[in-house]
Amino acid sequence: MEDVISFVISKYNYWCYIVLLMIGLYAMIVKNNLVKKIIGMNIFQTAIILFYVSISVKKEGTLPTIIIDPVTGTHTARAADYINPLPHVLMLTAIVVSVATLGIALALAIKIYKEYDTLEEDEIFAQIRKK
Amino acid sequence: MIWQLDIVILTLVIICGIGAITVKDLLGAAILFGAYSFMMCLLWSIMGAVDVAFTEASVGAGVSTVVFVAAVFRTSRRSKD
Repeated sequence: MEDVISFVISKYNYWCYIVLLMIGLYAMIVKNNLVKKIIGMNIFQTAIILFYVSISVKKEGTLPTIIIDPVTGTHTARAADYINPLPHVLMLTAIVVSVATLGIALALAIKIYKEYDTLEEDEIFAQIRKK
Repeated sequence: MIWQLDIVILTLVIICGIGAITVKDLLGAAILFGAYSFMMCLLWSIMGAVDVAFTEASVGAGVSTVVFVAAVFRTSRRSKD
């Protein structure tokens, strides 16, 4: 039993990421306002990015830079000391993609507002049914 | 990675996330989302991903908030939920 509790507590960051994912999913499904849905989508995306970045964390790891010894002029690069940079690079792309989706989603929301004069989903559906 | 700082900022991130989706004023939600993005950026610099933190601070906390505020000004500020 103690093993299970210590296992759960030692992986606390993953539980927080799950909570963030669920906040985003809840906002995307339940919220009625379109801007709230877009905020939920962004929270969902950043939670996934957070998960990927946290995979690469290493205890006592440093940034992947080459340090040149000032006395001898040589440089040593030991891969075991470095934080894994591959997830960082992948998630850099994901951040840019998330901003692009945010821009397009907000542009569509502004278009919808100009057409229906509201941002609430149920009112938009009611107006569509009336037509 | 300093785990005390990690826990504090993770709780702040979750509080800002919950606040951003519960506040009824959309402008307030946009500002809270900017705070959320900035806390996320701090979290990444703690984890040693400085390149990701740079990008998030400029793009996530900067551009996203400006775009959100601009969109809220062009549409309505009120929200029912």
